Amino acid sequence: MRFLILLLFPALGAAEIPQAERRSGSEFMSRETRAMQDDEITGPAVLWLLDGEALWGKLGCASCHGDAKASMRGVAARYPARVGGKLVNLEQQVRHRAPQLSYESRELLALTAYVARQSKGMPIAVQAIQPHLDAGKDLFQRRQGQLNLACSQCHDDNWGKKLAGNAIPQAHPTGYPIYRLEWQTMGSLGRRFRNCLTGMRAEQYALGSSEFVELELYLMWRARGMKLESPGVRP
Amino acid sequence: MARVVVNVPAEAKRGEVIEIRTLAGHPMETGFRRTQLGELIPRDIIRTLICTYNGVEIFRAELHPAIAANPLISFTTVATESGTLEFRWTGDNGYSASHSATIKVV
Repeated sequence: MRFLILLLFPALGAAEIPQAERRSGSEFMSRETRAMQDDEITGPAVLWLLDGEALWGKLGCASCHGDAKASMRGVAARYPARVGGKLVNLEQQVRHRAPQLSYESRELLALTAYVARQSKGMPIAVQAIQPHLDAGKDLFQRRQGQLNLACSQCHDDNWGKKLAGNAIPQAHPTGYPIYRLEWQTMGSLGRRFRNCLTGMRAEQYALGSSEFVELELYLMWRARGMKLESPGVRP
Repeated sequence: MARVVVNVPAEAKRGEVIEIRTLAGHPMETGFRRTQLGELIPRDIIRTLICTYNGVEIFRAELHPAIAANPLISFTTVATESGTLEFRWTGDNGYSASHSATIKVV
């Protein structure tokens, strides 16, 4: 029914969410799930943080970067960023000297979560890097897939309503990588993108593809100033 | 990776009720799911968690399929004396993990 309404009134809305009305995905969650995210001692993401801390030493990250608690502070809030002329997201930068860590592997998620954890509570501050920002915005607002839907039709125009019983959030990437209860494990923003694209019956992009990194840049820019919650917990 | 996390208060008053939280990293594969090719994924779960306080068993849990991955188990006990709490998880495929924590009772 909701799809039908979207199809019948495609021209409604289509505006970016005003700054004052932006809400992180965690504000749409139940009290119990929020408590799980706030539990820094026995929350599920702690298992990955401990692995990440061990990998930081084992892979030799510390030999250049020293103590992650100091050197990685605020880093996650600045990615995606341009490194050596190429736009890269946090995962890609984390594996720059450890390409053996494949996307979505437990090791890469653990190390990324550990790096992102050091920026918890800091405001998102990505640069508006062109032409990537506009490319990401275009991907967000472009209708695609067999359902002919754009990301923005749910996340800009209909956030706060329900889709199959679940609240539609505003798609601010404030907590990645996340421990998602549906996955029963940790996952990246790329995995989350692929979830939505499956729902839209749209063509998938590869993890780490330039399209996904551009979309991530646009979403981070759209969430600029919001506080990072990484590693977050989502339902 | 048999990683476990346990949270026990470092210090408690004698007779005080203390909360103990345990988290074990485990996929808790139910044994009911199938792969895309239709093959059954074998069951792989934690079967038991046993906690002893200075050698005396104070808590035991039996886990079953359909308990979520990375189970968080929390329980309470009375702080009677200073000593050690031992935790032991056992499960399918030879899974075993243990942890010990000390508590000071004043």
